[in-house]
Amino acid sequence: MSTLEIKDLHVSVETDQGTKQILRGVDLTIKQGETHAIMGPNGSGKSTLAYTIAGHPKYTVESGSILLDGEEVTEMSVDERARAGLFLAMQYPVEIPGVTVQNFLRTAKTAIDGEAPAIRSWIKDVRSSMEKLRMDPAFAERNVNEGFSGGEKKRHEILQLELLKPKFAVLDETDSGLDVDALKIVSEGVNRVKEETGLGLLLITHYTRILRYIRPDHVHVFVAGKVAEQGGPELADRLEDEGYDRFLTASA
Amino acid sequence: MTSTTSTLEPGQHGIAAHSDGAFVPVQTRSARFASTEVADFEAVTGTEAVWKLTPVRKLGALLDGDLDGTAYPVATEAGDGVAIDWIGRDDARIGSAGVPEERGSANAWSGFEQALAITVSGEGRQATVLRTELGSGPRAAHTVITAEPHSTGLVILENRGSAALTENVEIVVGDGAQLTVVSVQDWADDALHLASHFAVIGRDAKLKHVVVSFGGEVVRVNPTGHLSAEGGDVELLGLYFADAGQHLEQQVYVDHDAPHTRSRVNYKGALQGEGARTVWIGDVLIRQSATATDSYEQNRNLVLSDGTRADSIPNLEIETGDIAGAGHASATGRFDDEQLFYLQARGISEEEARRLVVLGFLAEIVQQIGVPELEQRLLDAIEAELGTAQDA
Repeated sequence: MSTLEIKDLHVSVETDQGTKQILRGVDLTIKQGETHAIMGPNGSGKSTLAYTIAGHPKYTVESGSILLDGEEVTEMSVDERARAGLFLAMQYPVEIPGVTVQNFLRTAKTAIDGEAPAIRSWIKDVRSSMEKLRMDPAFAERNVNEGFSGGEKKRHEILQLELLKPKFAVLDETDSGLDVDALKIVSEGVNRVKEETGLGLLLITHYTRILRYIRPDHVHVFVAGKVAEQGGPELADRLEDEGYDRFLTASA
Repeated sequence: MTSTTSTLEPGQHGIAAHSDGAFVPVQTRSARFASTEVADFEAVTGTEAVWKLTPVRKLGALLDGDLDGTAYPVATEAGDGVAIDWIGRDDARIGSAGVPEERGSANAWSGFEQALAITVSGEGRQATVLRTELGSGPRAAHTVITAEPHSTGLVILENRGSAALTENVEIVVGDGAQLTVVSVQDWADDALHLASHFAVIGRDAKLKHVVVSFGGEVVRVNPTGHLSAEGGDVELLGLYFADAGQHLEQQVYVDHDAPHTRSRVNYKGALQGEGARTVWIGDVLIRQSATATDSYEQNRNLVLSDGTRADSIPNLEIETGDIAGAGHASATGRFDDEQLFYLQARGISEEEARRLVVLGFLAEIVQQIGVPELEQRLLDAIEAELGTAQDA
């Protein structure tokens, strides 16, 4: 069984005003098959954690470590991390003009697996995943994220999750900007992947709404760059009633 | 207002008297001097508007020297309905689409002895003219491509090997005809190539013209589309990839000279390596005679490394108040790190990610050519360019 272990992680970012400390000692351990929700107010460092795990060059790891089955992830390049089994579903996926979804998915699958997928079963897999995510087959011919609606972008992220089959996935505010129907389709997709592959999930969200569809085993509340409180799913219910005020006053 | 410059403080950053203060430039694109005689043009100094972005010191032999104007070896492939012949200077077709506006073009016109005539009649015609053995001695060439009225066809001009060539290509698209001309410059590294393409587009006719430049030391292809009759339509497309030390240039001119004419100009280029240099100038003139025209021109450049320079200069001149549309766009940008991150986050290596993004960027032009086997060949050529650039 795989484990993703984050130990005393300190991360900064370069801004126009100089270096800004964002994560101030994050400890978190996720085992394969577990679902962890990270909740917190805006600016608490949730997305920074997501992008640091994926290796975005904007963020600098000052100290601490991220271990995937004991291997130091922070020393890997972005693509090495993905090939090691990490996946980030992005909040704002970028457009790639001239690169079709079909070409992109096949290239990514080939990179992750180290060999091209068998053509017939691959086409079948793509088609059936798209169908389950209620995506029009014509979607495969479109350029990656070009002219996609918010909901289409998020479905496309989950489509990749389903096809690339990572060990651990970080979903960065996948729920934001989705209406209830789209949220249900996306959540069903995530649950289906979890059932099929038993991956570990790190669900980053501002709202509790998505947690009605994807039930977390553990909930961590992020405030000012570290975990301020953790508990089981009942903590999410409490946040739904009370909001984040309690933590903000405490940290002020 | 007079003598405002006297109030400027000397030494203030960016302030200087206009260097061309007393000089009155040519006011409209159509008023440029034109002649088929090289002697009618002054020697090129490199300060002229049409030469100032070009490395003229490398082009002396083509601008001033004697040129070999004889017929050269060509490999042609043509189906029924396409005639390819050598013709003399006195043939009526010579001069039917344009007259040189600069010395390099005029030197070619004065110097050629035989011209290659490619004539398309009937529908669905296709021809390829391949030049691989021009050699490195300075040479003049002249080509006339004629699409008979109501014909449809595709003519591919392919260039490989070494060359020191200045040439004119005349393209006459008859009334109601639809012609695609693709000129591929895939020269050897030492090639020097100056070309002017003059196209005249007949009533309700359409020309799709594509310039693809990959190889060569200095390659300058300047296409002109003259929409001389009502309902004419021209698409001028271009695709270029400059490596270290290469200069690739195109000066595009669309002349809207009749009502209800339409033009689209779209050039895209990539630059990679020390000293990679590209120039795009896009002039669109909408004359008083050209009411209800619709035009749009754009140029986009993708900069892949330091040490490159891309010039992009759109000019739009409108002499009538009655137009359906006119616009231009120009952008030169660096490789987008967020695109790279997104692709790498899916396991794709940096090298492969760059390849995908550049191919995607340039594929927009390739996809418009509409000839699958040629499209695939060009995509392969771009891949090869990326490979060479990587190794450099």
